[in-house]
Amino acid sequence: MNELANFLPTVLSRSGLTVPSALIPVLAMFLCASIMAAFMGLSAAVLVWAERKLAGHFQCRLGPVYVGGKFGWLQSIADGIKLLLKEDIIPDQADRPLFRLAPYPVVIGVLLAFIAVPFSEKLMVTDFNIGVFFILAVLTVEVFGVILAGWASNNKWALLGAMRAAVQMVSYEIPMGLAILPVVVMAQSLSLKTIVAAQSGGALHWFVFQPPFFMAVSFLIFFIAGLASLKRAPFDLPEAESELTAGFHTEYSGMRFSFFFMAEYAGMLLVSAVASALYLGGWHGILPGQESVWWFLAKTGFLIFVMIWIRWTLPRLRIDQIVYVGWKVLTPFVLACVVGQSLWATLR
Amino acid sequence: MLSSYLPILFQLVLAGGFACALLVLTHVLGPRRSTAVKLSPFECGVDILDEAHHRFSVKFYLVAMLFILFDIEAIFFYPWAVIYRDFLSEGLFLLIEMGAFCGVLVAGFIYIWRKGVLEWA
Repeated sequence: MNELANFLPTVLSRSGLTVPSALIPVLAMFLCASIMAAFMGLSAAVLVWAERKLAGHFQCRLGPVYVGGKFGWLQSIADGIKLLLKEDIIPDQADRPLFRLAPYPVVIGVLLAFIAVPFSEKLMVTDFNIGVFFILAVLTVEVFGVILAGWASNNKWALLGAMRAAVQMVSYEIPMGLAILPVVVMAQSLSLKTIVAAQSGGALHWFVFQPPFFMAVSFLIFFIAGLASLKRAPFDLPEAESELTAGFHTEYSGMRFSFFFMAEYAGMLLVSAVASALYLGGWHGILPGQESVWWFLAKTGFLIFVMIWIRWTLPRLRIDQIVYVGWKVLTPFVLACVVGQSLWATLR
Repeated sequence: MLSSYLPILFQLVLAGGFACALLVLTHVLGPRRSTAVKLSPFECGVDILDEAHHRFSVKFYLVAMLFILFDIEAIFFYPWAVIYRDFLSEGLFLLIEMGAFCGVLVAGFIYIWRKGVLEWA
């Protein structure tokens, strides 16, 4: 963002506009924020397209393979227009103010988290000194939206889905938060830029490949917990189409529904991006000296592909299995990783 | 110092505005044809019996309470993790301290595990 603020005066003077210099940082921030919002909308559309195509090929579904113009790109656009043109239904018995409020925290939380994502050394909105922590904290805001939606709908499916979502997101928050600690111990910072910079020098310097592989285990834990907090299969019980209709967003339609939808896809991008910045070297390439935003996007894209792959391969878990995995498997393992990594750091 | 957090405020305003704008747009463009059946809660085609807000299984609330306890404890790890390696040259004080903290945490964890709080069935 600072680069943009330095760059803006030249652009403005070329185009013949005069802006007071005090306004330049404000303008830069505004531009960054709008770029991020546009990026989120666009990425959601692209990911929906990718998911549809991959699902079609994984499960031999005919529709997604043939529909929607060349490579099916028209389908996502048609979807967007359709959602925009749909009626916004608020059921009679719903708690109207809360029902209207619920989609906002969901979409705002995800959008806020994007400003700390380090796409490359220069290409990020701001580098907070609490970067990772900020992203995790802001991503959690989604829980409020989901519970509000389930409660305000005044529908049994919605309430069941929301309660499941609450238990699940809350249980996996702990392993997810603790899984970043081994990385923080090694990088000595919570800023994502510093964490990625600490992994320069080729693939062997990425944190996943560091012996004694405590960080590789915590990468796995982070990824699993990320899947769970995004409510993606096999952790999709809050939505569980075959038992709860659509879970917490059963009563939502049109644009309000699409907010939950957008948040899920943008969340996929976000969790993958954070995981690749924390453990997979971010913008650093496989060979020493390679640095570009494309490396970052490739790693993120790969993790998103794995998420989609898992969704169309594994069946759904039960709620007792969810609690079991979260509390009795992931939490002890992640604590062991934190202790092990700090002992290792002492020995060296 | 605080100015580095200003983008959060900007993004917050813009995200809210973005969401509002989309909803206004859909209200302008979308149809409004409400009928009694359409506005009734979805029940898979069965007539509504009663309200949805009944008493709920206590297990969900137990997990939420455990989360609050553990999450607050997890917060204390963050500043420790950031400064841990800086203070390694001055002996093992930070390691022992965090070992003691982890010990208390694990003791509580084992207690709730043995008490069967984490059993769902």
